[in-house]
Amino acid sequence: MNYFDLNSIWFVLVGVLFTGYAMLDGFDLGIGALHLFTRKDEERRVMLNSIGPVWDGNEVWLVTGGGALFAAFPDVYATVFSGFYLAFILLLFALIFRAVAIEFRSKQPMFWWRQMWDIGFAGGSILSALLIGVAMGNIAQGIPIDANGEFAGTFLGLLQPYPLLLGVTTVALFMMHGAIYGTMKTEGELHDKLRRWAMNSIIFFVICAATTTMATLLYVPHMAERVKNHPWLFSIVLVNMLSIANIPREFHRGKDWLAFLSSCATMATLMMLFGLDQYPNLVYSWPHPENSLNIYNAASSHKTLGIMLVIACIGVPIVLAYTACIYWIFRGKVKMNRSSY
Amino acid sequence: MDVLTLSRIQFGLTIGFHYIYPPLSIGLGLMLVIMEAAWLKTKNPVYHQMAKFWTNIFALTFALGVATGIVMEFEFGTNWATYSRFVGDVFGSALAAEGIFAFFLESGFLAVLLFGWDKVGRKIHFFATCMVCLGAHFSAVWITVANSFMQTPAGYHIVGQGMHARAEITDFWAMVFSPSSMDRLFHTLCGAWATGAFLVVSVSAFYLLKKQHEDFAGRSLRIGLTVALTACVLQVVSGDISARGVAKNQPAKLAAFEGLYQTTNHAPLTLVGYVDEQDEKVVGLQAPGLLSYLVYHDTQGTVTGLDAFAPQDRPPVESSFLFFHGMVAIGFTLLAVATLGCFLSLRGQLIQHRWMLWILVFSILGPEMANQLGWFAAEVGRQPWIVYGLLRTPEGLSKVVQANAVLTSLILFTFIYFLLFAVFIYLLNHKIQHGPHPDDLVPHGKLALPDNFMSHK
Repeated sequence: MNYFDLNSIWFVLVGVLFTGYAMLDGFDLGIGALHLFTRKDEERRVMLNSIGPVWDGNEVWLVTGGGALFAAFPDVYATVFSGFYLAFILLLFALIFRAVAIEFRSKQPMFWWRQMWDIGFAGGSILSALLIGVAMGNIAQGIPIDANGEFAGTFLGLLQPYPLLLGVTTVALFMMHGAIYGTMKTEGELHDKLRRWAMNSIIFFVICAATTTMATLLYVPHMAERVKNHPWLFSIVLVNMLSIANIPREFHRGKDWLAFLSSCATMATLMMLFGLDQYPNLVYSWPHPENSLNIYNAASSHKTLGIMLVIACIGVPIVLAYTACIYWIFRGKVKMNRSSY
Repeated sequence: MDVLTLSRIQFGLTIGFHYIYPPLSIGLGLMLVIMEAAWLKTKNPVYHQMAKFWTNIFALTFALGVATGIVMEFEFGTNWATYSRFVGDVFGSALAAEGIFAFFLESGFLAVLLFGWDKVGRKIHFFATCMVCLGAHFSAVWITVANSFMQTPAGYHIVGQGMHARAEITDFWAMVFSPSSMDRLFHTLCGAWATGAFLVVSVSAFYLLKKQHEDFAGRSLRIGLTVALTACVLQVVSGDISARGVAKNQPAKLAAFEGLYQTTNHAPLTLVGYVDEQDEKVVGLQAPGLLSYLVYHDTQGTVTGLDAFAPQDRPPVESSFLFFHGMVAIGFTLLAVATLGCFLSLRGQLIQHRWMLWILVFSILGPEMANQLGWFAAEVGRQPWIVYGLLRTPEGLSKVVQANAVLTSLILFTFIYFLLFAVFIYLLNHKIQHGPHPDDLVPHGKLALPDNFMSHK
């Protein structure tokens, strides 16, 4: 098998886009999940404004990831999106409420108004993170696919223990990520609160991560098998564990920025493990592995993959350059003014 | 109801609701660029105030556009999975390009546009505004290119047989510049510019009626009317080009638009009327030979009628006719309103003519309705095909999605979208009632004007 063909490159690129989404929108969803922990309106506003300028651009990583999946592996896009119909509709509603709540919340002073959108924001964020995790869990565990490449399961069948566990782990991961991000962006009393929440969510995440690792080895045989047959994968597991351990270490030393980077590294290594355990499959079929959708039987033509690669090579560097500039413009602690949310 | 009907209703509802917002973002984006340019050039702080006020409105429309837009990208996969498999190779690339070239640009620089007033200087802010506007235009480019593949497929070949057949790109640029894509893009953009401009016109006219913020409103109105008139004139040109394109590329659609059952030379154009589907004729006022003239620039030209198509290949005639004629009627009314508005404004008589100001207040409904009707006409007229001539609409459905699942999502979408629309109108009204902020007349921080400006004045 040639590891450097276009199909493999697009396998990596789609993974990079979804990893970028997790690293960036992950902290937005995390801030959302923590939103109701404080009751003070002013603190809620500061938290909202810590992600205010960037959440929208971060969500585009999901949109572009979805677009890339559609273009590069249309059969995966079609099978998964139609198969997970109700779950994805719920995800859409969660993302809609998250988005409009940010915009609407501070536009009116009434208590009931703000409370309503605060719940929408927090609920939408938690539900989004949970559903993304459940979807990942199902893909990892394998879903029933028939000989025509169509999903052959049910909505309730998606809610098995392992995917649910991965859903909770994702919520924990994003909460940790968001709390660390929030710590960097705030000062004073709220900063101290966020620091406490960050410590608690680190503990929450470490427990979840350990449980998920055990569960993967025990209940997802095809992934466990892969690690056994390719011992070098343990090096990635090791890097993953080191980055997880480094989060509380840096956080204790007050190096929040490095803790945040370690959290990003945790996400990147988790996604790498996930990808390497799946490759060349994109959607593992269970109980009929021969129906799995892989980077060859579910891909677009070589011509299209090539065109898309050119588009990505032109577009992505430009996107990264101006995104970095924009994060630079909005660096530092949140300062509220009239244009804030 | 069956899955097909429910899925079509759901797609129509979600795209129709979504499409209230992107034209506003595109059009207001252009207006913001003009306002900020005026501020940079004249240094008159009223343009700063104007840019800030309209930025607030822009933020609201943009948020709803984003929130409802992500639904569209998911829905191809959730409800139209077979369609997605069939066109993914072609259509998917256009969507991915939209993400990389348009959405990132738009949403990235939106941060600077909305929250960067105190953080960057005037020129960088202007640059960010231009990038947001450009991003909004790029998104129109790529989605229209994608949609045009469904209307006039080009640059592809069919690979595989039966259930596994799908379209694959052979020539990317032929796909991008398909026979209809540039005509339709131009038409869509003119509609969007008119929408943004008429919103500015409408709100400014409201302030003039209420005798509030008069300097602000007077200047906004003049900018708005100028852009509106330009967009309306261009729209007539673009409509003519588009219609001729439809006659050439999708004759069944044009025949349905005009209710033309028999292939005719010297074909008439219906000015006012309706279609009698039973007797296969149009009742109403017709201009003889005008349709032939518009299509071929010759009153004797032969226009293909619906009789050239088997009954199962014809689009629904009555609704196509109504949508199309509704759009055209609104378009010409808007042209008249914009012309009259500009005329009165140039003579400085707009304030005296309160009835005209009232018409301008409600003018925003025109482009919004025309945008909706235009898309309905374009998509209903494409029926019974989901990809013209290649794949029929019922064949595009998801195979594993059941009617009750679609019914559930449809009910939820309807409920949530009504809620969102109510909140949108409520907040929009609130912002309009509030008006521009007086502090914005004295820019401070990095935006502060040179001291000598005030003395010049």
